[in-house]
Amino acid sequence: MAGIVKRQRIAGCVKSQRGAEESAVAKWLLIGGAIAFCLVFLLLPLANVFVQAGAKGSAGYWRAISHPDAWAAMKLTLWIAAISVPLNLLFGLAAAWAIAKFEFRGKALLITLIDLPFSVSPVVAGLMFVVLFGLQGYFGAWLRDHGLQVIFAVPGMVLATVFVTFPFVARELIPAMQATGSDQEHAALALGASGWQTFWHVTLPSARWGLLYGVILCNARAMGEFGAVRVVSGNIAGKTQTMPLRVESLNEEFHGQAAFAVASLLALLALVTLAFKTFLEWRQRREFVLAQQAAAGELSVVSPPSSAGGRPAATKGTRKHA
Amino acid sequence: MSIELKQITKKFGEVTAVANVNFTVNEGELVGLLGPSGGGKTTVLRMIAGLEEPTTGDIFIRGQRVNDVSVRQRNIGFVFQNYALFRNMNVFKNIAFGLKVKKWKRGDIAARVAELLEQFDLQGLDRRYPHQLSGGQRQRVAIARALAPRPGVLLLDEPFGAVDAKIRQELREWLVTLHHDLNVTTIFVTHDQEEAMEVSNRIVIFSKGRLEQMGAPREVYEQPVNEFVARFVGVMNVLETEVLAGVARINELQFVAPGYADGARLRIGFRPYAVQVSTNLNLLPYRAVLRRTYFLGIMLRLELELASGLTLRSRMTKEEYSQLGLYDGVEVSLRIKNYRVLATEHSRLAPELESEYQPPPTFGENI
Repeated sequence: MAGIVKRQRIAGCVKSQRGAEESAVAKWLLIGGAIAFCLVFLLLPLANVFVQAGAKGSAGYWRAISHPDAWAAMKLTLWIAAISVPLNLLFGLAAAWAIAKFEFRGKALLITLIDLPFSVSPVVAGLMFVVLFGLQGYFGAWLRDHGLQVIFAVPGMVLATVFVTFPFVARELIPAMQATGSDQEHAALALGASGWQTFWHVTLPSARWGLLYGVILCNARAMGEFGAVRVVSGNIAGKTQTMPLRVESLNEEFHGQAAFAVASLLALLALVTLAFKTFLEWRQRREFVLAQQAAAGELSVVSPPSSAGGRPAATKGTRKHA
Repeated sequence: MSIELKQITKKFGEVTAVANVNFTVNEGELVGLLGPSGGGKTTVLRMIAGLEEPTTGDIFIRGQRVNDVSVRQRNIGFVFQNYALFRNMNVFKNIAFGLKVKKWKRGDIAARVAELLEQFDLQGLDRRYPHQLSGGQRQRVAIARALAPRPGVLLLDEPFGAVDAKIRQELREWLVTLHHDLNVTTIFVTHDQEEAMEVSNRIVIFSKGRLEQMGAPREVYEQPVNEFVARFVGVMNVLETEVLAGVARINELQFVAPGYADGARLRIGFRPYAVQVSTNLNLLPYRAVLRRTYFLGIMLRLELELASGLTLRSRMTKEEYSQLGLYDGVEVSLRIKNYRVLATEHSRLAPELESEYQPPPTFGENI
């Protein structure tokens, strides 16, 4: 009986070892595949952008970047991001707060709506605004009568960008806020803080990583957005042309190096965003690990059982034993 | 009269969490809200704080109706079960928060926080963040923070729930001393009857949203109003049976139940210390075997199996146990000194009845 058990155990051992060998092969195949894919489809094109940008020397590169239309595109890109990111920050905060802290009818619907821009093609989003605000659109006549231009102008481009980048901040904030719960806020209220004080001193700081993360992603997308902005902008060089649009039109006009020069700036932005995002994640993880270590090492390091730190003070006079 | 609840009911949708609760807490009292989880005690505490709104009924704090007064204006100190310390603030800022939002002067805040740090034995920890504190330290910071703005009432939700057993005992004694020193009206929630007994001036017992009994620990223990309270604040043997000719019989046990019609279903309840045991098999009316002895420190709990297989619990001191010369497996005789006749779990308890004196029966009479 014991022999059978033993043999079975050995057999099981061998089997699992072979299983481990197989999984090792699979592991390296998968890792190799992933690395190859990243090289061919991500790293190579990215490197190519920089190579092509410098193909005709630094003078050509500089000429492409310092062209007045390129400057205008850069400024417009920054402007649109500077307007739409704070707007989405506010919308995202409000939406995340509502979803994380309150129970209400239609909450599920709101969560679905927040994700809508992710599931709608950017071109469709752009067309949607043309239908609403274009000359033949629902509000077109009214806007024209009041001397306002939305489509083929900056306001339309901002609207399209806000729409496309809407989910980023809210998506990052909701889990962060839900994790914190409501107790800290209730504690602040019980201590006499106003709603605003509570939000500013308690809610916001505890969600700060999620918030920053969301803002960075939102900004990257706002600067890089093409489809929706292309539809509503009219793509007039020097006026309604952002950097991605400029890359496209330079490319179409066979200014290959100039297109890659502007594209290299966008690629650089992507790399900076990626680095910053990684840094934030690292900081957050480090904070978490430090907190864990501090909590675990606390009793042995900071207050040995016999020290006064372990015993409440109010009992000092009345109790002598520890 | 510091706090008064009048006919408070709280419903969450269809669920009634608190049903028609009335009680008064006097100025300076230390009151424990006790009950099993889901009993409604935390909801009551949160309603006093203003974190929940009663569906119907009124809450008065020092004579003022506070139903429409927001939590920030009630001048209460609330200590959450998980302490809810502000994670992004150090100990100093946590304690100072309530003073800062009340626009205290910088110097006054520093003085008050220093005073509290000393009182709560937190000196030198003021720059620490909550995650760098031990459980006991966190709890003291939470209480110091709640007390900083000198609230009229201190409310604590399961204050000892998150610390280990050894520190728990110290904290209980500490809370009593603290309350004595500060003399601030204090209400705390607990599901631990021993804790409530030890700490409170008075106990309020909840079950399924209803207030079962309010009274001093001793009163609640010695004069429980119903079976639920009797069993919750201590151990009680409860046997269910029918009446026949004025006597309730459960196997060999007989209890006189005057005034009950034949066939009425009754519950007979008696405390473990009402079970008297003797090794002289002919001294007491019933015969049993001591199946197991549980050591609870100075008190012992005995599990006695009657000849018919029915198990009763008894309780005695170590001295009595050794004087009687008991051991697991020994055959004994026993009697039940006094008992109560109960109708249902939540109905009022009848006064205790003395068992009639029965002369030592001859062997076999009860079989």
